[in-house]
Amino acid sequence: MNVDSIRDGIVIDHIAPGNAMKLYDLLGLAELDVPVAMITNVVSAKRGRKDIIKIDAEIPVDINVIGYVDPEATVNIIRHGELVEKKRIGMPETLVNVLKCKNPRCISCCEQELDQIFRLADPEKREYRCVWCEAKAADI
Amino acid sequence: MRSVIDVPDLTPAELDALMDTAEDIIARPEKYSETCRGKKLATLFFEPSTRTRLSFEAAMYELGGNVLSVTGAGTSSAAKGESVADTAKTVSCYADIIAMRHPKEGAALVAARSASVPVINAGDGGHCHPTQTLADLLTIRREKGRLDHLTVGLCGDLKFGRTVHSLINAMSRYEGLNFVLISPEELKVPSYVKNDALKKKGIPYTQTTDLMQVIGDLDILYMTRVQRERFFNEEDYLRLRDSYILTPEKLKKARPDLSVMHPLPRVNEISVAVDDDPRACYFKQVLNGKYMRMALILMLLGLKAK
Repeated sequence: MNVDSIRDGIVIDHIAPGNAMKLYDLLGLAELDVPVAMITNVVSAKRGRKDIIKIDAEIPVDINVIGYVDPEATVNIIRHGELVEKKRIGMPETLVNVLKCKNPRCISCCEQELDQIFRLADPEKREYRCVWCEAKAADI
Repeated sequence: MRSVIDVPDLTPAELDALMDTAEDIIARPEKYSETCRGKKLATLFFEPSTRTRLSFEAAMYELGGNVLSVTGAGTSSAAKGESVADTAKTVSCYADIIAMRHPKEGAALVAARSASVPVINAGDGGHCHPTQTLADLLTIRREKGRLDHLTVGLCGDLKFGRTVHSLINAMSRYEGLNFVLISPEELKVPSYVKNDALKKKGIPYTQTTDLMQVIGDLDILYMTRVQRERFFNEEDYLRLRDSYILTPEKLKKARPDLSVMHPLPRVNEISVAVDDDPRACYFKQVLNGKYMRMALILMLLGLKAK
């Protein structure tokens, strides 16, 4: 894989330095059978420094996860070597099966096949709460 | 399907209407005695409770309805591993409305999303207990004649006490309130409750560990129990249990028109000798709770007295 250019795939750009690894884990990129490049701490005109993730295949990616980890990040869709779409995600209103509630008293700990759902409770603080028990999401 | 999981599920106008209905039931109970004829309430209680379950059941009987009752996870299909969602779907086939208590937080919401009949949260762990708050609001309105311009003291376990959080949230929409939060350092009101219900709305409040310093300022003194079941550590529970005990001696410094409230059950935080004081309102709260549950059942079933 040439990290400078991909033909058909996804580039997650403008990730705050240090967040690429979190995204890599939460998006489950390690489990994919496609080339993935993670470039960290490169110079950015916009953010000073940034991380980049390049995925050399157009796979379904939960963009809400990206918005949760870094609302400033952009998702670029590349087809035939050309940028065909650029998305700025922002903070998603809800996250489904991205985070796990850490409250041992929460029903989501024991109810069969219950989705783990978190809602954006305070955009200023980037605070998410479990819809079932209202416990705050552990810091990313 | 309309359910009530927490107090904010009800609009301010609905809360007022519920209190109006409850007062009408108190004034003219015979008008409501057949309103729920042919309707069944299922009380699903997966956690120990005496007063809340009996209150719901008494409420339904006084409306002329019937009750199906499950008490204790050990005697129900939950013991066989049935999910809350499946239980709610099944019971929806038998009952017109469900009141559910469960030790897990969020269980009532799970039930409500699966049930095809209204679900009332009768307590989900340490999370919400909306009908207790309805009882509290009616009690304050009946005792004080208003829900605004009051100094409300909340005393005891303000950290785990779900009724306290719910009452603060519910009352924060009224004007001219002043909250006095009295607790040991370890059991203070969580910051998110203070932020969301008080700071953001500019409602004045003070925090203190000394009940006697503030008791003379209060219109309402809402006492709470330090609950053993909310602690993982027995030592912490025993250390904090006796933090505040209200006695006739302490009440001498209080206003003559103070209203002493408590969600009950009490352990020892209010001396039995206080029960004879005309300022003690906690058994009136129990009765008011039944009337508010009657009003809520009527509202959720879409029924009105003839």
